[in-house]
Amino acid sequence: MIKYVVEEISKWAIPVLLVFIPLIGMIRKVKVYDVFIDGAKEGFDVAVKIIPFLVGILVAIGMFRASGAMDLLTAAMKPIMDATGFPAELVPLAILRTLTGSGSLAFTTDLVKNHGADSVIGRMAATMYGSSETTFFVLAVYFGAVQVKKTRHAVPAALIGDLVAAVATVAVVYWLM
Amino acid sequence: MLNYIWFGLLAIALIFGAINGTMDKVSEAAIESAKTAVEIAIGLIGVMTLWLGVMRIAEAAGLVTMLGRLLRPVLRWLFPEVPADHPANGAIVLSLAANMLGLNNAATPLGIKAMEELQELNPNKDTATNPMVTFMALNTSGVQLIPATMIGVLAASGSLNPTWIIGPSIIATFIGTVAAVLAAKFLQRFYKVAE
Repeated sequence: MIKYVVEEISKWAIPVLLVFIPLIGMIRKVKVYDVFIDGAKEGFDVAVKIIPFLVGILVAIGMFRASGAMDLLTAAMKPIMDATGFPAELVPLAILRTLTGSGSLAFTTDLVKNHGADSVIGRMAATMYGSSETTFFVLAVYFGAVQVKKTRHAVPAALIGDLVAAVATVAVVYWLM
Repeated sequence: MLNYIWFGLLAIALIFGAINGTMDKVSEAAIESAKTAVEIAIGLIGVMTLWLGVMRIAEAAGLVTMLGRLLRPVLRWLFPEVPADHPANGAIVLSLAANMLGLNNAATPLGIKAMEELQELNPNKDTATNPMVTFMALNTSGVQLIPATMIGVLAASGSLNPTWIIGPSIIATFIGTVAAVLAAKFLQRFYKVAE
């Protein structure tokens, strides 16, 4: 039921907004087309401004993934993870999820296929992917758009959120299954 | 911090590329990733242009201010540094709403718009402000109601109940988001803005 409602809203939201906003503009005597063009002009510059930030972050992440360092990192962390009860299979996913959208999607799909779509690990992996964002990508895009280089506590705060979400995922799925 | 993480990823790549004998792949990944980054940015131009235009209409019609006023109590707690009537409030609400609905094509341009509004209030243009970091905490924790991609993956992999993950996802997202925002609020006093 909730799913149906949200899906329908998602389907309608963009067309409705694209008509509703100019409609209110018309009522308020805004020259909607002129104003639209005025705002839209900035689109190109903003997208181009993001490029250096995105190239920097994605190249570092791409090289890191290609080096195969992830497997060794996982192996090194396995004893610690076993002690805490956090499934070792999910550690690389928790790390990858913050770094790359396509990489973590592929990894999640693999886990789901190998462990079964209705298995504990499969569901944890899917929930972990679904309940978080590609942190470093988001930071690069948004801070890039406004040319902010000193991000202060943005990275630690975001990573704390990601860590807590990962632990919550494991706990909630264990609890509900 | 980003400086250390960035260099760390590069250094680890070189070291483990050497150990694992994967240097050819590391080399290829560097070139490919640079290309992908530009493609993503260029791919944004269309939606960016569309939403920045529509947002300008919304501003001129007073809709953005109205939306900000509607959620003032929440916004005041999250972003005390942002004046109540500032257009940043409305832009933040719109981008988070798009995020919740999983409308990625709208969420990114709207989020960038919100960051631009916050940047106008920023005296040090190259340094993040507290509201920016709090807004980022909300964004990086991915406040999405229906994990549509994952439901698709589960269904395609033969799950008998692919929508099972909706409940746990919402709970985990919520807990993660609260943690990220609290962390942002707590850490902000230790990261002073350098003059």
